[in-house]
Amino acid sequence: MTHSAPSTATPLPNGLRRDLTPPARAWLDQALAEAAQGMTPTTELRLAEAARRCGRPHADTARILILQAAHPTPADLTRVYHRGTAEERRAVLHSLPHLVAGPEALPLVEDALRTNDTRLLTAALGPYAARHLSAHLWRHAILKCLFTGVPVTGVAQLAARAHGDAELARMLADFAAERTAAGRPVPDDLHRVLALTDPEAAPPLPAPDGGGPHGKES
Amino acid sequence: MRLFDPHIHMTSRTTDDYEAMRAAGVRAVVEPAFWLGQPRTSTASFLDYFDSLLGWEPFRAAQYGIAHHCTIALNPKEANDPRCTPVLDELPRYLVKDRVVAVGEIGYDSMTPAEDTALAAQLQLAADHGLPALVHTPHRDKAAGLRRTLDAVRESALTPERVLLDHLNETTVKEAKDSGCWLGFSVYPDTKMDEERMVAVLRAYGPEQALVNSAADWGRSDPLKTRKVADLMLAEGFTEDDVDRVLWRNPVAFYGLSGRLDLDVAATEATHEGNTILRGAPKGTAPAGQE
Ligand SMILES: [Zn+2]
Repeated sequence: MTHSAPSTATPLPNGLRRDLTPPARAWLDQALAEAAQGMTPTTELRLAEAARRCGRPHADTARILILQAAHPTPADLTRVYHRGTAEERRAVLHSLPHLVAGPEALPLVEDALRTNDTRLLTAALGPYAARHLSAHLWRHAILKCLFTGVPVTGVAQLAARAHGDAELARMLADFAAERTAAGRPVPDDLHRVLALTDPEAAPPLPAPDGGGPHGKES
Repeated sequence: MRLFDPHIHMTSRTTDDYEAMRAAGVRAVVEPAFWLGQPRTSTASFLDYFDSLLGWEPFRAAQYGIAHHCTIALNPKEANDPRCTPVLDELPRYLVKDRVVAVGEIGYDSMTPAEDTALAAQLQLAADHGLPALVHTPHRDKAAGLRRTLDAVRESALTPERVLLDHLNETTVKEAKDSGCWLGFSVYPDTKMDEERMVAVLRAYGPEQALVNSAADWGRSDPLKTRKVADLMLAEGFTEDDVDRVLWRNPVAFYGLSGRLDLDVAATEATHEGNTILRGAPKGTAPAGQE
């Protein structure tokens, strides 16, 4: 870890600063200043109450900012996730690529992938899962997206991980056959992923995956 | 017609019910934490239940265009079971959550000393967390139960306008109304209160403090009772404004005391897309869709 304790709160992104009401902005500035002291019970209260303080459209971003400011350990993130509402869990999942370098937080991703809440599934398949999720669970997650209607465009590093994956291609073909036998349509996204598995297709360009393990420039 | 069911246990209902409720005009529900029809044996079982009231159930409701909030508490029945009472120590961390709009259902079941203790402790938790309280009145020995409930409320830090007394009927409504609390009526098939009696009570006591709910759960119950009461009110000469008051504005006013009521289901829907929710996110937070 290279961060030095910030003396002031994380600056708000300009768009958010513009969109928040003055009381919401004051609340978030205060919450970020508190979070800079680390993961305290107050920080966890701020995560819980973000929607009623900032308005729901801004709550996810507010929670992610607070988590990043607090530099939680994987144990802190696990506690916040398991004690959190679906919204708090989503914020933890979105924060993982910026806060956890190794695979320690994978059980949280796997927990979210076991749910049927598409908001959690979507949040679980970000850059952290792209980097650390096992091939077997990743393939099942892709199939689950097709089953539950989560758009695969939201899956981080989809092209890179699908490229040349013969086992994924087999699973997709079997699923398409099952759908066709039942007289049901095959989801468009299935063809899209199947095309990406083709080993003959041009391999995808390496892509930035979300700013490195800590999401910080310093 | 917009309807708000202020007391319904959706955990026990199917998606067909959500669909029918939406078609009938239900746009918002509050799901009070209660018992499951059979005993729990540990605190962990409560915590899983609270998680579902704060995660899965609002998600299900949003699929049908219904805003879902909940109330959190140790229910009176299980307040008598020493395997369950430790959950009282876990309540504070749930009572700060965004979609928790009251402490409830609390109150009396068999009027035991353990129930006295749990009721007083949870009325205090409500005051501490800036939340109103949903207080269930007992089904057996109802008139005596109401009196004891009102004593507990008077001894608490909550003012009567922050208390909703539920499952009232003809024998308890007058004393409840005189207390200044909000008045809740559960309309069930066969028992408790039916539509005709409900409309008669509204005529006798006025719509000002009244909330009507289906209290639908795992037992014989009907999640469309709010609509049936609304229809009968209109047929019996109440105005559309009266219906809107009882079945929308009164529940909004009561649960709005929490400062946490958020009836914009469209905003819930928007959060289903992972790449929408990160708009305005900090530098380095790539939208989920980015490769
Ligand atoms: Zn109930």
